[in-house]
Amino acid sequence: MSDHILLPEGSIEKQTTTLNLGPTHPATHGVFQNVLEMDGERILSAEPTVGYIHRAFEKLAERRPLYQVTPITDRLNYCSSPINNMGWHMTCEKLLGVQTPKRVDYLRVIIMELARIADHLICNSIVGVDSGAFSGFLYVMQYRELIYEIYEEICGSRLTTNIGRIGGFERNFTPVAWQKLERFLREYPKVLKEFEDLFTRNRIFMERTIGAGPITAERALNYGFTGPNLRAAGVDYDVRVHTPYASYEDFDFTVPVGSTGDCYDRFLVRNQEMWQSLSIIEQALRKIQNMKGAEAEVYHADVPEYYLPKKEDVYTSMEALIWHFKIIMGEIEMPKGEVYHSVEGGNGELGFYLISDGGRTPYRLHFRRPCFIYYQAYPEIIKGAMLSDAIITMSSLNLIAGELDA
Amino acid sequence: MAVSNEQIKNKLVEKFGDQVFDFSEPYGMLTFEAPKALNLKVLQFLYDDETLKFRFLTDLQAVHYPNDAGRELAVVYHLHNLQDNVRIRFKVFTDIKQPDVYTATQLFATANWMERETYDFFGVNFVGHPDLRRILNVDEMDYFPLRKEYPLEDQSRVDKDDEMFGRGGNF
Repeated sequence: MSDHILLPEGSIEKQTTTLNLGPTHPATHGVFQNVLEMDGERILSAEPTVGYIHRAFEKLAERRPLYQVTPITDRLNYCSSPINNMGWHMTCEKLLGVQTPKRVDYLRVIIMELARIADHLICNSIVGVDSGAFSGFLYVMQYRELIYEIYEEICGSRLTTNIGRIGGFERNFTPVAWQKLERFLREYPKVLKEFEDLFTRNRIFMERTIGAGPITAERALNYGFTGPNLRAAGVDYDVRVHTPYASYEDFDFTVPVGSTGDCYDRFLVRNQEMWQSLSIIEQALRKIQNMKGAEAEVYHADVPEYYLPKKEDVYTSMEALIWHFKIIMGEIEMPKGEVYHSVEGGNGELGFYLISDGGRTPYRLHFRRPCFIYYQAYPEIIKGAMLSDAIITMSSLNLIAGELDA
Repeated sequence: MAVSNEQIKNKLVEKFGDQVFDFSEPYGMLTFEAPKALNLKVLQFLYDDETLKFRFLTDLQAVHYPNDAGRELAVVYHLHNLQDNVRIRFKVFTDIKQPDVYTATQLFATANWMERETYDFFGVNFVGHPDLRRILNVDEMDYFPLRKEYPLEDQSRVDKDDEMFGRGGNF
C-alpha cells in the first residue's frame, strides 16, 4: 500500500483498522461490544466489553424470599426460561430436602426438553440467518410458537415463564396442553428434518461454517466450556448424564459429540440434541400415560410450607389462609446450609450456589452462567479469522446477553 | 474407579497436614478450607495428582461475612473431576483490609473473568491476574456492591423493616 501512496513527511502510517462491533449491532443479537483490531478483513485482536444489561441479580436475590427469586432466573437465559426456573426450584428442594414424585419429575423433563428444543432452535436458525439463509429461521419459528403455547397453557406466560413451584407445578397439565404437546411431537420431526435438509449438506452453509471458530477440547475445558459448545469439541460432558436430576437416569438417550469444535460441529450437535430431546419427551409421555391410580394425578410434592394451598381452601379455611399469606410474603425461615445444584441449560451447566444462614432470604446466591464463562474464549477463537466468521461464531456460541450479564 | 470423599480428604491431609482443615460434606459435596497463601499449591496439587484430577474449574466466587473479623471474605472454588465425576468445594478466607489472594489464571484460563467478576463485586485483589479490571459494573464505580455493608435499598426509608426478612436489620 505504501508503495503507491506517498504520505506527507513525518506522518506515521497506521497499518491496522480499529472497528467497533456493537454494543448495538444487529448482527450480534444482543448487547455485546467488541473492539476489533483489523488488518483488512482479518481480525488481529478483539477486546470484548460486557455488562451492558447487568441487573445485579445476585444482590437482588439477597433480599428476596425463594419464590421471588424465580422471576429473576427467568431473565438469565430467556430463550429457555423453564430450565432456569426448574433448576432454581430443584436447588431449593435440595436445600429443603423435598422429595418429588416421579410424575412431577417426568412433567419437568417434558418442559425442560421443550425449552431445550426452543433454545437450540433459535440458536441454529440464527446461525442460518448469519450465513445468509433467512427462510429456515422463519419456518421453524412457528414451532417455537407452539412450544410457547404449551408453556402458556401450563403457567400462563410465554417468554419469562416463572413456571412451576417448589415441589412441582402450580396446576396439572390441562387436556389442551397434552393435545398441543402431541401435536408438537407429531409435526415437529418433519419440520426438523426439513430444517436439517436445508442446512446440513448445503454447500454454501458448509463453506461458511466448517473451520470457522474452532476450539480444541483441551482449550475448551480450560476455558470452562460446558454444554453443546464443549460437546462439539469432543468432550461428552452432560449434566443430565453425569449428575442426573429430575429422574433423567430413567431415560434412554445419547449425548452427541463433535470433533473440531467449529461452527458446523456446534450446529450438528445442537440439531442432534433436538432429536434426542424429542425422544426424551416421547419416553416421558409414555411413562406418564402408563401411570395408574393416584400416582397418575399427582403434580406436586407435599410441602405445605412452600407449596401454595388451593384457592378454594384459602377462601374457606383459616389454616390455608395463614399458609397462603406466609408463602406469598416469604415469612418462612429456611434451614441453614450451602448447596450447589446444576442443571443442563441450553448453553451448558447452569449452576446455583445458594448459601442460607437460616434467614428468610438467601445469604448469598451465585449463578454459574455458562455464557459468561465461555464468552471469554471469544477473542482467542476469532483471532486471525475474517469479520464475517466472527459474526457467525458469536451466534453459534449462542451468546445470550441476559445470561452473560446477570 | 471413582475416588471417594474420604480418599480425597486423606490425600490432602497427607500432603498438607493440618494446613487443610474444616472438612465437611454439606449435601454430599466435600468442602474444606486452607490458608489463602496456600490456595495455588492446593489447586495445583488437586490438578496434578493422578488420582484426584480436579482439572475443571466449575465456578469461583466470593462471600462476605462482615461479622467474622480477620476473615471477612471467603473465596470459594468449585472444582470438578470430569473423569470420575466428583465435585469438591474449596475455600480460602481473607482479611477485608488486605484482600490479596493469588490468581488461578495460570492454571485455569476460565478463572480470568470469574476473578474479574469477584473483584468487581467484592474487591478481592487477585495477585498476578493479567487484567484485573471491573467487568460488569461501570469502571468509575468506587465501591464493591455485593459486600454486605451496601444495602439494596435506601437506609433512610422507614416504611420497610428488615425484621420482615428475619435478620433484624443489621445489614
